[in-house]
Amino acid sequence: MTIHTDLGRSAAAAALLHPRTGGSDGAETTAAGPDPVGSDRPDHRDGSSASTSRLGGIRSLGVGVVTLWLSVIVLLPLAALTVAAFGDGWAGFWEAVTAPAALAALWVTVVVSAGVALLNAVMGTVIAWVLVRDSFPGQRFVNAIIDLPFALPTIVASIVLLSLYGPNSPIGVHLNATRWGLIVALAFVTLPFVVRSVQPVLIEADREVEEAAASLGASNLTTFRRIILPTLAPAILSGTGLAFARAIGEYGSVVLIGGNIPRETQVASQYIQQQIEIDSPQAAAAVSVALLAIAFATLLLLRVVASRSQRREERAP
Amino acid sequence: MITVSNARKQYGTFTALDDVSVEIPRGSLTALLGPSGSGKSTLLRSIAGLEGLDSGVVTIAGRDVTKEPPQRRGIGFVFQHYAAFKHMTVRDNVAFGLSIRKRPKAEIARKVDDLLEIVGLEGFQHRYPAQLSGGQRQRMALARALAVDPEVLLLDEPFGALDAKVRADLRTWLRRLHDEVHVTTVLVTHDQEEALDVSDRIAVLNRGRIEQVGDPVTLYDRPANDFVMGFLGSVATLGDQLVRPHDIVLTRDRAVALAEDAKVPGSPGVIEAVVERVVRLGFEVRVELRADSGERFAAQITRRDAFDLELHTGETVFARAAHRSSVIEIDPALAI
Repeated sequence: MTIHTDLGRSAAAAALLHPRTGGSDGAETTAAGPDPVGSDRPDHRDGSSASTSRLGGIRSLGVGVVTLWLSVIVLLPLAALTVAAFGDGWAGFWEAVTAPAALAALWVTVVVSAGVALLNAVMGTVIAWVLVRDSFPGQRFVNAIIDLPFALPTIVASIVLLSLYGPNSPIGVHLNATRWGLIVALAFVTLPFVVRSVQPVLIEADREVEEAAASLGASNLTTFRRIILPTLAPAILSGTGLAFARAIGEYGSVVLIGGNIPRETQVASQYIQQQIEIDSPQAAAAVSVALLAIAFATLLLLRVVASRSQRREERAP
Repeated sequence: MITVSNARKQYGTFTALDDVSVEIPRGSLTALLGPSGSGKSTLLRSIAGLEGLDSGVVTIAGRDVTKEPPQRRGIGFVFQHYAAFKHMTVRDNVAFGLSIRKRPKAEIARKVDDLLEIVGLEGFQHRYPAQLSGGQRQRMALARALAVDPEVLLLDEPFGALDAKVRADLRTWLRRLHDEVHVTTVLVTHDQEEALDVSDRIAVLNRGRIEQVGDPVTLYDRPANDFVMGFLGSVATLGDQLVRPHDIVLTRDRAVALAEDAKVPGSPGVIEAVVERVVRLGFEVRVELRADSGERFAAQITRRDAFDLELHTGETVFARAAHRSSVIEIDPALAI
């Protein structure tokens, strides 16, 4: 049997069953309120103001310490760098950044990093999925070695990769001084980002939601695409963004395997190193500022997208 | 109609379902009632295909679905914790089953509007689940399950996560919904009041087995054994039998008690007991008693009877079972 025909009489049904006219759960309807902006969620707003008044002293001390620390470690050096970059004025900065070799290095950096970030988005999600959802012998070992690229000095990564994929490759794969070499090196050092951001979300994910989708007729692929992926998307995005930001500044892991061929495999960090060596600190600072701007824009974009998806789930449109 | 035949399910050494067979008539609202670990949820999830059976056969509307995945069983499933798609609006949640079936947009829109009206969520289409109360979320989940025109609607402790007031309201509401939309419905609950209130058939489960199946009145008045009797309501031990506390009659006079008791066939006899405590609970009075044997039990009597008896602590009364009361001999193998 189906309920299709019964739905035709929905007006009568609604008149009978409507909780407000029926008075069956009036209390809860008023709790959620006619106010579309969610007047039933006061906890968010009250929580922070309460802690402000109680821990006021500690808070201002904390803010002071954080500000001082960030200034000494991050903000002042960045300001000094920016001043150095504009030592010859805007024209000098622009000239240094748009020099063909500088542009090429920045271009190689951004393209290769974007490729690596996308690769990580896919592979990191797959690895996180396998680690959380499957069980196989040696799982804990695999889980532990995910963090190895974080612990390993990046120059060691470069040597490791060179010994396998370099000129004396035991398996006959020569990636030395190619863009593929760059991609492999950067993929190695940025591996943990997506895995480690997706893993906890996947562990927390409600399996019943997937069962609900299955009961409604969704195939595994549909469930993954329409239910799981949207849940994981913010985590994948933030992991990918961090991997990208890390990749554009990477030096140690690419310095040996990359080959440092201008316009081919020379990345921005190597170009900067080269400018320092030929005693052109202003050009080095200018390209550094360009890298800084790219990294900053990436993180800003991440924040915007993350807060938008957050708002979509928690507030009225 | 759903049939389950000889279903077995084992988790390690724990037997969740021990040769369970049950028939759920078409159009009925059947409750699977039992304590936790009795196998009621496993049985429901096996019907849905969310859990595979070790052996046994499940048919839905005459079709053997034992080997079918949940996607192809024609079911609607409602979870205790709503299982809402949090990144979708109420409308998209309800439309999900239809949109993955690639139905025309106009048809989806019409059906979703109808369902939202039925569950009383019109005007909430564009909200996200986080902006709904628990009761509203569960009604959304119900609309979502009904949208795909399921053969059977399966509800796993659907009101378990709600507070008492909302739970009672939703229970009444579900009953009325079922009377409108006659879809075969199975409801899992551990709350005997909920089962008695909402369902027209109850299957009582215990330790992976079905103890008794029947309509609520039969189960309450003629329980098959002491487990069913004890699970469906409070019981008192009178001699070697179980009686409902409200079926116990107290008398001051032994002769009167014996004369009345003689008219009741199969009665547990007249028990002499000492009043230990008299508790007024609004319109009714609970009398806590201790029998000669040392056995303690409670009788539930009306306020008026309590006035007539003028009971005080330490006094002796004679207890017997009322005419036509439910009486069950205690099975020594099953302690309650």
